[in-house]
Amino acid sequence: MWEVEIRGMASAHALLAGSVLVGSLMPALTVENSSVYGTHLVWLYSVSACIAVVNIAVFWLLGISPPTKKNTLSYKLSRLIRSCLYFLLSCLFFHTVVVLYGAPLLESALETFSLAVLLSTLTTLRCLCMLGPNVQAWIRVFSRDGAMSVWDTSLQITTGCSVVGAWLGAFPIPLDWDRPWQVWPISCSLGATGGFLTGLLAAPIWIRWHRKQLTYKLK
Amino acid sequence: MKRLPVLALLLWICCVFYVGIFLFVGGFLLVRLEVNRTSTCEDVLPPSYDATSPDFCPRHPRVRRAVILVVDALKAEFARYDPGNLSPRPFENKLPVLGETVSSRASQARLYTFRADPPTTTMQRIKGFTTGSLPTFIDVGNNFASSAVLEDNLIHQLGQAGKRVVFMGDDTWVSLFPKKFHRSLPFPSFNVKDLHTVDNGILQNIFPTMDGDDWDVLIAHFLGVDHCGHRFGPDHPAMAEKLTQMDGVIRSVMKRLQNDTLLVVMGDHGMTDTGDHGGESQKETDAALFLYSGSPLFPAPDAQQVEPEVVPQTDLVPTLALLLGVPIPYSSVGQVMLPLFPRNSQVEALWINAKQVHRFLETYSSMANDIPADSLSQLRARFSQISSQYMSSIRDGTPPPPELLASMQEYLSSVRETCRASWARFNPLKMAAGLLVLGFGCILCYVISELSVVILQGAMLKTPVLAGLMVGGAVAVGQIFTLGYVEVSWCLGAAVLFSEALFLWRARRVCPRGRLSHWSLLTPPLLVLLLRCASLLSDSYVISEGRVVTFLLFSLGVYVPLQLNWDGLLFPAPSTDTQKPPGLLAPSLPPSVVRRETGALLVCTGVLVACLYLSLSFHSCREEQGACQPSVFLTQLSRVQDSRLRNLHYVLSLASLSAWAFLLHRWLRHYGNLNCTGVGVFTARCLLPLASICMGLHWAVSATPDDTFRNLAELISLGQVILPRIAFGLLGLGSLLLWLDPLTVFLKTRAPLNSRGAVVPPPRYRASTGISPQAELHHLIPQLYQRIRQSLDNEGVKVTDPDGRPAVEAYGLGTVYSAPLVLLCGLMGLGMLLLHPEGMALAFLLLLLQAAALLHLHASSSNLSSQQSHSSVFSVPWTPVVLWSLAASQFFHATGHLPTFPSIQWGAAFVGFPQGHTGTALPASLVTLNTFSSHILFAVGCPLLLFWPLVHELRGYRTSRSGGGEDGDEVVMEMRLRENPQQFSSALLQLAARYLFINGAQVLASVCAAAILRRHLMVWKVFAPKLMFEASAFIVGSVFVLVGVALVMRVDAAVAHLFQRLIPENSR
Repeated sequence: MWEVEIRGMASAHALLAGSVLVGSLMPALTVENSSVYGTHLVWLYSVSACIAVVNIAVFWLLGISPPTKKNTLSYKLSRLIRSCLYFLLSCLFFHTVVVLYGAPLLESALETFSLAVLLSTLTTLRCLCMLGPNVQAWIRVFSRDGAMSVWDTSLQITTGCSVVGAWLGAFPIPLDWDRPWQVWPISCSLGATGGFLTGLLAAPIWIRWHRKQLTYKLK
Repeated sequence: MKRLPVLALLLWICCVFYVGIFLFVGGFLLVRLEVNRTSTCEDVLPPSYDATSPDFCPRHPRVRRAVILVVDALKAEFARYDPGNLSPRPFENKLPVLGETVSSRASQARLYTFRADPPTTTMQRIKGFTTGSLPTFIDVGNNFASSAVLEDNLIHQLGQAGKRVVFMGDDTWVSLFPKKFHRSLPFPSFNVKDLHTVDNGILQNIFPTMDGDDWDVLIAHFLGVDHCGHRFGPDHPAMAEKLTQMDGVIRSVMKRLQNDTLLVVMGDHGMTDTGDHGGESQKETDAALFLYSGSPLFPAPDAQQVEPEVVPQTDLVPTLALLLGVPIPYSSVGQVMLPLFPRNSQVEALWINAKQVHRFLETYSSMANDIPADSLSQLRARFSQISSQYMSSIRDGTPPPPELLASMQEYLSSVRETCRASWARFNPLKMAAGLLVLGFGCILCYVISELSVVILQGAMLKTPVLAGLMVGGAVAVGQIFTLGYVEVSWCLGAAVLFSEALFLWRARRVCPRGRLSHWSLLTPPLLVLLLRCASLLSDSYVISEGRVVTFLLFSLGVYVPLQLNWDGLLFPAPSTDTQKPPGLLAPSLPPSVVRRETGALLVCTGVLVACLYLSLSFHSCREEQGACQPSVFLTQLSRVQDSRLRNLHYVLSLASLSAWAFLLHRWLRHYGNLNCTGVGVFTARCLLPLASICMGLHWAVSATPDDTFRNLAELISLGQVILPRIAFGLLGLGSLLLWLDPLTVFLKTRAPLNSRGAVVPPPRYRASTGISPQAELHHLIPQLYQRIRQSLDNEGVKVTDPDGRPAVEAYGLGTVYSAPLVLLCGLMGLGMLLLHPEGMALAFLLLLLQAAALLHLHASSSNLSSQQSHSSVFSVPWTPVVLWSLAASQFFHATGHLPTFPSIQWGAAFVGFPQGHTGTALPASLVTLNTFSSHILFAVGCPLLLFWPLVHELRGYRTSRSGGGEDGDEVVMEMRLRENPQQFSSALLQLAARYLFINGAQVLASVCAAAILRRHLMVWKVFAPKLMFEASAFIVGSVFVLVGVALVMRVDAAVAHLFQRLIPENSR
């Protein structure tokens, strides 16, 4: 039981990590003169899009999302619309948080918003895929005994790692090294992506290591 | 409660830190006293020495006039000329005139390498080559808030001798030597990007001046080369252009030079490869010195030298003084440059020089004792030997032996070396000792905060302190026997170190097993503190310190609700209790209470975040931050040009001021602290608003433009003096009254007024009358508190008792500890606001709001997690303390301060004293209050962290837990502290020790930064000022922590007195 679940999760995570790689390579192959630093926003959106597509596809196929109570089209449609709305709201939320953390308010607002989109893709989108547009469930997941399956635990780990990665990414900005990656928001988005990848790697290992201690309540 | 042991322990911790700071600073910061005496021509040594000695200044100077061209940052490398170099870099071979002249007219010109002493900043260097001394980082003199040179200097001597000194160029000179010049043409030096204003200004004026006859000494200070270095670096075509321009200037000046005139071209310091300077690397210290005279001045050189000799910068002063025929400045330690004097007068020149240096050394060693005694006595012996040799040769009329020349030179250079060693060299042993003491101090703080209960019970302080004193005394005695004198710093260091070690050893023995684990240090609040300390080790982070602190505060503030949510305490989990065995879970809070507390917590987090973000707009700018605009609120209102903007600012400031006073008043009234007739209430009711009104009027008066109300000018100037003084007086009076009678409790015996009149059922506490007064006390307090609550719930309206108990109605007893503290903070905050620019009222309002948000955040989170904590009832966890202490640093920046010396708001010294001061103590304390206002406010308010959760304790919750008490009278707010005096004192000690630990760790980090990076380029610009500010902030902050704790003790004593008075009345 454990082995199967962990193996499934590891392969899903491998797919996600691969999507990050594909997303990084895509602009290099299609757009001329592209680099992670020079045309950072292209890279950022490409990675976000790839992660989003793979995320949705994986969770759709695996059927991890909570079973819907009603199977009518209108209900599905309203769920879809609510999910989109939540995603947008989360982008705005992250934008606000980043500005409050000290990002410039008016200048380079596009860069800040792009970072917010990336962060939403790494965190909110996974929540949406796994838990549906249900904020209470999200809040519940992020507590000590809130996880109800290995997927919830992996969600906790990857989300935490992404946010902490973005937070750590802000550290080198004030240094006077004059490196290209110190430009806003490159270090933060790289940090978030790195944190996400670390989380993807760490989650299966951590769960496997602690599989004796982990007990999940059934719904 | 144990008052004295707590205070003694805290005092001891503070002393440990003070000694550590003193030791380190003594080894790191080079302090020199200024000798404010001037030389005159009649100055001679005691007459017995030399009745026949020559005059102190020669009657017939060798040169009549001098032109001194200071080319800022003229590096030695720039002046070298190498014809063989075919592809010179932009800064090479651009001054051919120097090399050509030296080789073609060897008897008229010399080129030297001119070695400056660190710090190689322009102002220090100008001081250096005019006084001949070694200016250090801090020159202790009595020139408070002004940069004028008060030491004897060349400019002063030239003026005394009647020479007309004309100056043009860098305006630093004018601020250093105000009113000393015959004529001066200063040009602004501030804008580093401006390469040409100063130079072009000089070029327009220097040639007409030289052609005229209205000068004896002409000083021109060019800044273009230095600014070019700062802006582009030396390796840039602009540098070539600038140096070529300088070449032309020197040529034209030489053409106009008359025969009796000396030309000095010099650089004040060099520059690094990036164009910076300030440190002590050879690239920065080596400048060029070019001397040229219209007539032959130099004797024929003995041997042809390719490399120029190295001349210390101080040597120019005695040389110029003797050449121009003025006395050598009193505190010069330079040595005359012999090649400029003919062979027969060299000994005489050196003798004059040696006499002057000896006299200075005697004066200085009588004023200060930082020159080691043994080297001093050696120097004295050598001088007396020289003087006897010289005297005998004069008496005999024989030419002095050639060794005399060498021994005089040797004497002069060893004096200089001695001075350098004591003024310009670090003392690594002292620095290490200081570091050790500070490091142990931090460990000590941590141990005391973790083991506060055990340590207070054990009375562990006396032995270590006594033993430490004995060790210190022993060291002193040992020093007397071995060295002959006592060096205080080592005695103090030994005493403190020994007492620390003994205390820690004893603490280790009484420590319960497993109490001090290393892993408990790695909690997020301490991680944030670690990050904060690590950030002090990098100059970039120190430069943007304000934002760094805000970032960390924000992170820790957001962490609090996240952590609570992670523990499942933020939102009540619906119906999970059924699944768990009921015995395992502590009785949880009812969902409605949790929802209310969660709401409060989230609102507080929001307020905190908003305050943090808004506070960023009050920052000032360092000069290192390029594209940065200082906050608009920092300008004085009277300097705002636009009148509508000025009015807007004034209204905003006034609104924040009244909001500050209103919020305080509101809080006190809400908790029933404004009902009695005591002096404390008088302070809150009358003095606070009156002082605010005075401040508002003062701002209005000082903001009026000079030209609008001409007929009211006298009234306005009177108002500028009177109004702030009244405000200060009122606030001081308020604090004094608060100290004398801190109780804001209103007691009313209700028994006679009871409408039922008849037989009164005996109160419960009577049951215990026979036991002990202590037990009585314990029962009386809840009784008292119950009445307060009832009066509170009914907003002070008297109601008949439901059960008709005779009791005492006590208003404000629930906040008896926090009310005086809040009031004191309010008063002090107003006083410090008065010392700031008017616009800072908004920042102070933010400070109040943020402090309230932090306190509420702490109260709500401790309420929510109350069923989890089993440790001590009152113990304050690390998170709120770290938040509180980081907020002090944050508002240091958000009130427009920076850890640099130029950014000190000197204007604060003149609030209420527009005419200036006579002494230095008052202005210094005013400026200190202004600079560290946020540290002071947060330090005094520190005990509030202990009281706030009690003030906001959950009503009715404990009732339900205790099995449904009759009327829930267990809610006793701060009276809970009276019930557990032991835990109260240990919690207070723990809180203060934690606060001191956090501040001490920051001091330790900046000390480490200064010690590790003492050879760093930015050490004098960033790290040393940061260390000074951090250490001063710790000293001021710890004093005010003690004030806050002492006020709590005072209140506690007053409360005890009150109850003693009450018991006889009511228990009979």
